Amino acid sequence: MPRYFTKDHEWIEVEGDAATVGITEYAQSQLGDITFVELPAAGASVGKGDSCSVVDSVKAASDVYAPVSGSVTEGNAALEDQPELVNSDAEGAGWLWRMTLSDAGELADLMDEGAYKAYVAEL
Amino acid sequence: MNEINPSGWRPSISASGVAAPSIETFTDNRALQLEEALIFEIGNLEHCGVDFDDDDLDETLLGGLPSRRSAPVDLPGLTEPEAVRHYTRLSRQNYAIDLGLFPLGSCTMKHNPRLDEKVARMPGFADVHPLQPQSTVQGALKVMNELAQWLITLTGMHGVAMTPKAGAHGELCGLLCIRAALEARGDAREVILVPESAHGTNPATAAFAGYRVENIPATADGRVDVAALTARLGPDVAGVMITNPNTCGLFERDLKTISDAVHAAGGFVYCDGANFNAIVGRVRPGDLGVDAMHINLHKTFSTPHGGGGPGSGPVVLSEALAPFGPLPFTARQADGSVRLVEEETAAEEGHAQAFGRMCAFHGQMGMYTRALAYILSHGADGLRQVSGDAVLNANYVLRSLDDVLDAPFGAAGPCMHEALFSDDGFAEGFSTLDLAKGLIDEGFHPMTVYFPLVVHGAMLVEPTETESKRSLDQFIGAMRSLAERARAGDEALKSAPHLAPRRRLDETLAARKPKLVWKG
Repeated sequence: MPRYFTKDHEWIEVEGDAATVGITEYAQSQLGDITFVELPAAGASVGKGDSCSVVDSVKAASDVYAPVSGSVTEGNAALEDQPELVNSDAEGAGWLWRMTLSDAGELADLMDEGAYKAYVAEL
Repeated sequence: MNEINPSGWRPSISASGVAAPSIETFTDNRALQLEEALIFEIGNLEHCGVDFDDDDLDETLLGGLPSRRSAPVDLPGLTEPEAVRHYTRLSRQNYAIDLGLFPLGSCTMKHNPRLDEKVARMPGFADVHPLQPQSTVQGALKVMNELAQWLITLTGMHGVAMTPKAGAHGELCGLLCIRAALEARGDAREVILVPESAHGTNPATAAFAGYRVENIPATADGRVDVAALTARLGPDVAGVMITNPNTCGLFERDLKTISDAVHAAGGFVYCDGANFNAIVGRVRPGDLGVDAMHINLHKTFSTPHGGGGPGSGPVVLSEALAPFGPLPFTARQADGSVRLVEEETAAEEGHAQAFGRMCAFHGQMGMYTRALAYILSHGADGLRQVSGDAVLNANYVLRSLDDVLDAPFGAAGPCMHEALFSDDGFAEGFSTLDLAKGLIDEGFHPMTVYFPLVVHGAMLVEPTETESKRSLDQFIGAMRSLAERARAGDEALKSAPHLAPRRRLDETLAARKPKLVWKG
């Protein structure tokens, strides 16, 4: 399944018109220990670039933006009790929400893994 | 010092010729470093510090309220000396501006002159009630009026709303003035622009006031991107909120250009004046086109703060916004008396368009007296020296450390009242947090860390004008030592503090699983 990345350090994995969104390993390493994750409600309609979630760490509260437009289908309920999953497995079990895509064409604006790695190396 | 103590002898804090054995004391006290239990652990639910005569608990004295609760409230019972000692012991574990330098950037923790405290405690100011007849509190009203005139003069503005209770409350007051002015001309605008270099409360205030917040990026030198800001202006933009000097400790030198562009587009300029202490007596925000700006009396004009208050955040207003400022306010009358203008008399004072009130009464009287005492004891020339010394001290810290700590905007020239450093150059695995915890071992309150967000591993140091060179040199020496340890990868720093009553606390666990009640 193809995975895309944003300059704001979100990842999105797409399967058909459904997708899973999270923050990258680089993002979690910069935020430090995550203490709380505020998730979008199922059914919420989001636009590309909208703030959908807030990740609180010991350093800061950071917005997480929707990489593409669509509709939220579920938030990762496991994070309510175990926000540390975002630290231990940011690009796996620490996913934030699932959504359906309204315009798959928006994926073309995102980076693939190679481009994202090169982008992070520049930071 | 050597002339007083020519031999230089003093008992050493560590070496007495004998290596200190590891001692476990029965009490867990370490000499005068006292362990203190929670008050519930000391107290006893069955005991009471005061003897009541049951017959004296007369319901008539309580206005008919029942004199006995139906169930105990589980308050701990302590004798009076136990209660006094408990809080005195706790106070010894605190760090305060009266104990040492408090370099918390953005907070302006400076010495509070004792003269101001004395004035604030005078019975004529301290014991007045807000509902007293105005004729009996003319002195207090004159203090408010005179302070208002000083604030207007120092900022070059047209009017001032004195009542807001602190900085963010002042921000809200300023935005409500902007909203009232826009509504008065039938102009519905929805957007407030907030640059990245602004205070963190600004976007929160704009959202609370019902506006949509849009961010404006910063330039590489830490200031507002003027081109990006002016490009975004339009008929939907109610105004901008800009912090000057900004959170990178830099003066927004393009503020006049920005103000002119915002005004030309029909918007208003809100300036966060929390850092006014860096420019007081030198720059009048009114000359830069600012329409509203709060002044943190508790920062710029001393007065104790921290620990949640009290604060005071009067908002100075331009000619365009002044008519919409909140009630009440003071107005000098022809006979020399001062009147507190409320709803009934607002129209007589040309203030019929006031948007409402920010609080029930007059604001923080105790802060007004302290601030006016501070202003009058310094005088206009003294206030000018306050800002000069605050900036000088910050630059002294910046330049004394920029060879061991990365100063991201150091090359851009002098800073204002705050010196900003990053963690660039630390050994792998060492962070700003480690250095901050190391400062506790050195006997200092840590500086502000991880703010502003635009700088990686930010450390924001605000020494203030009240620190002497000797005090600054001691702090700089401690910072230099810690920076060198972080660069060299001294593992001991990663578990600092080692000498505090408690070692490094698990802040993550505290945030994830907070225990908010005693027991359970």
